Amino acid sequence: MSQRIVPTVKKRQIIELADSGKRMDGRTLTDYREIKIQTGIVDKAEGSAMVSIGGTKVVAGVKFEIGDPFPDIPNEGVMQVGAEFVPFASPDFEPGKPDEVAVELARVVDRGLRESKILETSKLCLIPGKKVWIVHVDVYILDHCGNLIDTAALAALSAMLTATMPEAAVEGENIRLTGNRLPMPITGIPINVTLAKIGNRLFVDPSLEEEEVLDCRFSVAFKENGMLCAIQKGESGYFTPEEILRAVEIAKDKSQEIRKKVVELLKLNDGAVGGS
Amino acid sequence: MEELKTRLISDDGIRCDGRRLDEIRPIKFQIGVLNNTDGSAYVEWGRTKILVGVMGPRESHPKHLALSDKARVEAYYRMASFSVEEWKSPAPSRREVELSKVIREALEPAIFVELFPRTSIDIFIEVLQADGSTRCASISAASLALVDAGIPMRDLVASIAVGKVEGKLVLDVQDKEDKAGDSDMPMAYMPSKNAVTLLQMDGQITHDEFIQSMELLKKGCLEVYKKQKEAIEAHFKGAISNVEEA
Repeated sequence: MSQRIVPTVKKRQIIELADSGKRMDGRTLTDYREIKIQTGIVDKAEGSAMVSIGGTKVVAGVKFEIGDPFPDIPNEGVMQVGAEFVPFASPDFEPGKPDEVAVELARVVDRGLRESKILETSKLCLIPGKKVWIVHVDVYILDHCGNLIDTAALAALSAMLTATMPEAAVEGENIRLTGNRLPMPITGIPINVTLAKIGNRLFVDPSLEEEEVLDCRFSVAFKENGMLCAIQKGESGYFTPEEILRAVEIAKDKSQEIRKKVVELLKLNDGAVGGS
Repeated sequence: MEELKTRLISDDGIRCDGRRLDEIRPIKFQIGVLNNTDGSAYVEWGRTKILVGVMGPRESHPKHLALSDKARVEAYYRMASFSVEEWKSPAPSRREVELSKVIREALEPAIFVELFPRTSIDIFIEVLQADGSTRCASISAASLALVDAGIPMRDLVASIAVGKVEGKLVLDVQDKEDKAGDSDMPMAYMPSKNAVTLLQMDGQITHDEFIQSMELLKKGCLEVYKKQKEAIEAHFKGAISNVEEA
């Protein structure tokens, strides 16, 4: 709220520039900022990745824990996505427990991964009905320069794709860790694409200054076969149905482009993905 | 488990509760049902039952959260501990926190918030029984509670969900269909503004199915919208005749 006046002036400028297809940072309306992915940066985690999109930086870590299954799916492991907004990432972040923005981000990232069925949770069962692997995927926002959702989703995905899982030997009720590592039971590369609506235009991968003036945002995750697996509209503006159809078209193209980039940066065999 | 699975849609396209694929459940709205709020509404949407109370515009608490150029809108979506199959802790879950946020963002575009700077409008939603589409029912009923509170609005917000069940798109998913289905896609819409104020989806659908879903959602929202208007007419008809008598 304290920063409302400057953005209002900027908004006009952003819209005027967009009329000629340009943005404040020189991109076109459908360009992403530069994407960088570094994996395996935390050895103590079973999987980890530092991802940046432009100046936005998110680190994700995957940890395995032995725990109880959900009663309705007693023979399946559990994946849990959490998000922490580290106060040095933005003057607007405050220490304390995750607020609704952090909860929403974690749940949108979670849905993209979960609904694409990337993780074969049936392979994470240790003692049916009693003990299963709980996979914690936690994303830490380190630097906020816009588009936290896509950056966090990419970090979580990269950490999972490069994670290995501990091997466990089950003897009756006893679970013993062998110390060996197994590949993650994981297939697929779901990609989340976020667009902001400012005025009546759509901006792919909004920067922080664009986010400060946006009317609303739209995130959609695509699987490699072109299926949509998660959608979230956010913020208190509105889209027309036509704008939403257009956003999905644009996002579909962008998701393919980013998936190629992920395959290249993580040196994956396209499609067939396993632990490293 | 497999043999327990019963089919949810028959060969002639009838769903497990007797509805056609594009048919909504019986919806009953009631306006002005609480005594201590500025506006309230109750909805029975199939077996889903939700009570909404609106307080405001009123002084913002704590004061430093007040916005200098508009009213601050807050929504509190809560499920009663007995509203679902298994007891649910009354403490708000992550789901309830997220839903409160998206429900607020679905309703705020309809409210002339700029008319009430430095005030708060609080929307309290209590789900008494949940049987699918509770966020849609909450948004639709909250619109009516806002009307009841006399808060100026651009339009009513009508909301409904489309799901994919056994490969078919179905309108207004109930709990059973949501749990067994492949996807759930709720939308909130202001018909007179052609404005989508909420859209979410989880599950898996093709691009074509997405386009069809948008059409089906619009149709469904218009049906809900009609029922909302009927409820307003029914509620305020009494008020008009009182004025005429006086």
